[in-house]
Amino acid sequence: MRLAKFRERRGTTSQRQTKKPEEFEIMLVTDVGSTTTKARLFRKKSNEYRFVSSGEAPTTVEAPFEDVTRGVRNAVREVEELTGLRLLEEEGIVWPRRASGDGVDLYATTSSAGGGLQMMVAGVVKTMTAESAERAALGAGAIVMDVIAIDDGRMPHQKIERIRTLRPDMILLAGGTDGGTITHVAEITELIAAAEPKARLGIGYELPIVYAGNKDARAPISKTLEDKFALKIVDNIRPVLELENTDPARDAIHELFMEHVMSHAPGYDKLMKWTDVPIMPTPAGEGRMFRTLAELRKVNVIGVGLGGATTNVYSIYDGKFVRTVSANLGMSYSICNVLKEATIGNIMRWVPFDIEPVVVRNRLRNKMIRPTTIPQTLEELMVEHAVAREALRLGFEHHKQLARGLRGVQRVRTMGEIFEQSAEEETYIDMMRVDFLAGTGGLLSHAPRRAQSALLLMDGFQPDGLTKLAQDSVFMMPHLGVLSTVHPQAALEIFEKDCLVRLGTCIAPRGTLEKGGNALSFKVEAEGSVVEENVAFGSIRVVPLESGKTAKLVLSPVKDLDVGRGPGHGLETTVEGGVVGLIFDCRGRPLSIPVDPAARRQKLLEWFQAMSAYPENVYERIRSGEVKEGS
Amino acid sequence: MSEFGQEKSRKEASMAHAYTPGLKVKRFTIVSKMRRLPIPGEVLVEKGDTVTHDQVVARTQVPGEIHLINVANALGVDPEEIPQFMLKKLKDSVAKNEVIAKRSSFFGLFKSFVYAPSDGTIELISEVTGQIALREPFVPVEITAYIPGKVVHVMPREGVTIRTPAALVQGIFGVGGEAHANLKMTASTPDEVLTPEKINPSCEGKVLVGGSLVTGEALAKAVKTGVKGIVVGGVEDEDLIKFLGYEIGVAITGQEEIGTTLIITEGFGRMKMPHRTFDLLKSFDGREASINGATQIRAGVIRPEIVIALKDTEVKGLVEEAEETGGGMAPGTPIRVIREPYFGAIGHVASLPVELQVVETESDVRVVEIELEDGRRVVVPRANVEIIEE
Repeated sequence: MRLAKFRERRGTTSQRQTKKPEEFEIMLVTDVGSTTTKARLFRKKSNEYRFVSSGEAPTTVEAPFEDVTRGVRNAVREVEELTGLRLLEEEGIVWPRRASGDGVDLYATTSSAGGGLQMMVAGVVKTMTAESAERAALGAGAIVMDVIAIDDGRMPHQKIERIRTLRPDMILLAGGTDGGTITHVAEITELIAAAEPKARLGIGYELPIVYAGNKDARAPISKTLEDKFALKIVDNIRPVLELENTDPARDAIHELFMEHVMSHAPGYDKLMKWTDVPIMPTPAGEGRMFRTLAELRKVNVIGVGLGGATTNVYSIYDGKFVRTVSANLGMSYSICNVLKEATIGNIMRWVPFDIEPVVVRNRLRNKMIRPTTIPQTLEELMVEHAVAREALRLGFEHHKQLARGLRGVQRVRTMGEIFEQSAEEETYIDMMRVDFLAGTGGLLSHAPRRAQSALLLMDGFQPDGLTKLAQDSVFMMPHLGVLSTVHPQAALEIFEKDCLVRLGTCIAPRGTLEKGGNALSFKVEAEGSVVEENVAFGSIRVVPLESGKTAKLVLSPVKDLDVGRGPGHGLETTVEGGVVGLIFDCRGRPLSIPVDPAARRQKLLEWFQAMSAYPENVYERIRSGEVKEGS
Repeated sequence: MSEFGQEKSRKEASMAHAYTPGLKVKRFTIVSKMRRLPIPGEVLVEKGDTVTHDQVVARTQVPGEIHLINVANALGVDPEEIPQFMLKKLKDSVAKNEVIAKRSSFFGLFKSFVYAPSDGTIELISEVTGQIALREPFVPVEITAYIPGKVVHVMPREGVTIRTPAALVQGIFGVGGEAHANLKMTASTPDEVLTPEKINPSCEGKVLVGGSLVTGEALAKAVKTGVKGIVVGGVEDEDLIKFLGYEIGVAITGQEEIGTTLIITEGFGRMKMPHRTFDLLKSFDGREASINGATQIRAGVIRPEIVIALKDTEVKGLVEEAEETGGGMAPGTPIRVIREPYFGAIGHVASLPVELQVVETESDVRVVEIELEDGRRVVVPRANVEIIEE
């Protein structure tokens, strides 16, 4: 439907592609990332769609190339070399497929190169319409550079100065409920008009503004903005206080992303001619697949995309989808922003060997200035993993600030809520009710051992109770996301069979035991074998259970610990395995790490060893003091 | 997974080409600089003109500050009524403290006024909010040539491109903006540390070239002495934080107002400047250089630079050094390791194994075997080396 509409608008209907999606046999999808362009080839074999091959090359959005198609060609060339298929020609991708067998039936791409889609968001009240607008922009795959509101604490001249210096790709303007006062939204509009912000890319083109506020204010807002900006008006994001309607704004953002933003990025005019599927922001593709996972299994899902420049967190909780992007939390370009926000102390708490903080600082700085280098030693890998845990933790904290109920809605509170002072001020995400925790992005997908990804997810998110852990096999979630807009069935098949790697199930009791001791006892029954054990508080125990297998689990926590049925209450259930297995994480929630450096290092090594996260010989090396500063 | 296997795919995914940042260290090259206005304006030079580094080549006027004044509130009237109380109309010019709106009540007994907070022009009178917008006069912005050379291209109303034959050294990271001064060597070997003792009054107005490190104390003394710039191998992160007064999160620099420009050529920590870089700068001791610390690693890859413009007589007979291709590693190619455990080590390619190899982290990666200067043979991921041009 989306494809048909797009083709119609672009006038490409039946000009190049005549096949129906169900007739597609070979499909090529790329993701033009901030650092690397990744090509993935999918193919129909014996009546099922599978992932076949991948190729990667540095993204070429920047000088001296300034043409993304060069990076795309290089990545696709690797796929050609690996598969023997001919996919490239002078004009671009060979598409549609020729009678000779050369080429593909579909080419599509996502993109986050050159900083992705950068937006400024404005609304009237910071915690109401401005927050709804922020959620809509984030949900569309944007990076939100700033949120301007009447009550954001800044003076009008400060806001104007800020808007002027931002140079966003697009602005989303909301404010007021339908039929309500128009004064405030007009005021914020006048502020934007006065600041006259310029677009980031392309000198002299009109900056797009999406207006999704009070419908009664459309006339004065058009009058103020239409001469200076490319204004698009859509339905109100908060037609009434009790309702948030982000879809029209999100669709408008996607449309303008293609028509205005992408067409001004280096080489995209060419790339857009290579495909008749709209280019999608990478996070929007990723988000679609996390949503698919939640919908397929009818569960609550938290997903994370840990990239080189950003950390995207997605939650699909009781049917509500929220995405946040922490624009400067990443593992290459932004690694030092993680250092800055998390502080060196918080990073050091995950490093299991004796090293001076100043050495770690310098190493992270050197990664920042040479972002494409990779760890060669285990110690270097462990330091990167320490930073990754903090990036995940900070990204999730940021996410929880937006994953909360609509504010400003009057409702009757129970006495309990009044005393707890919680309600809409806190996130609605209860980790005990999260069924799935899944990760994607270079560091997680390329982790040498899957147990490392599992541990990073556990440490960064601290799931409570029983949570299935999963990850993207070779980073193809964005690819499948854009593919699903054309061929949902193929995207789903590949997602289930080749993309989603089941890591296992994490069983983590909530609560802590001051004096330690036994945390829980468990009994695992699978295929006739029974494992029955006690797990001490402060430790991790892994019971192997292969991917695709299930086991009967009986849990009995001690009285202060809760596995989902209340403190001290046991449970019986069926659990799924994975490449790591069943992970009994009895380190306590919230997770506490010893303060004393020697005790802390000892504990970390114990946990890593229990997970088989790193090769066995490294633990002895570290314990014997062989691994030290500067080694 | 499918017949193609997940593990194989993971290997394929890690086969990305080694990306060398391609830092330039060239005795003779042609440097072109685009000098562009932030918004359209006037270009002051013509194609073919010869310009000096501090010559203004283009100028424009950026819109002044804007003041939003709620006239309706100030006069105690409804927003839609304000036009009748305005003494100034849309696009009228006003002077600071001039009355722009007035309301009389009780037969002129009570009067309220709205005064202009600055000189400017009325840009908006809103009957919806009761606000008016007053724009201050335009602010002139000028762009200098930055490097001496010839104007080779004029973009009408936007700017120019200036070209010069030059020696060029790109750093890996810098802070502080454009500057222009004579180079002064403060080290006799590339592994010397730039300490405060080496900075004396003769360093004022100079670009100091050090060796492997500049200390925090030396940075502070350099600013006090009026040093225009410092070029060294490395700096300790903690010293940089102290020097700047804050911690850099994302590497987008150049706007810092710190009294000098710092360019590091290798990285953070004590890092010996390669002989080639050091010797090149040494050979231009005392010569004028244009420097810029601006660094942007993401989206644009801007690296800090030292440009020493050459006279036509100096380049006669010289051949411009070829551009780096970014690939091109072959046995014998001189390279530098840019990541632990051999960070900073210099050597040459001994062999380039075709097969992926498992490194200590257990990742399958493309590697290069290197013979280091000290004779050791080591294996390093290709992503962790860069080519040294010779």
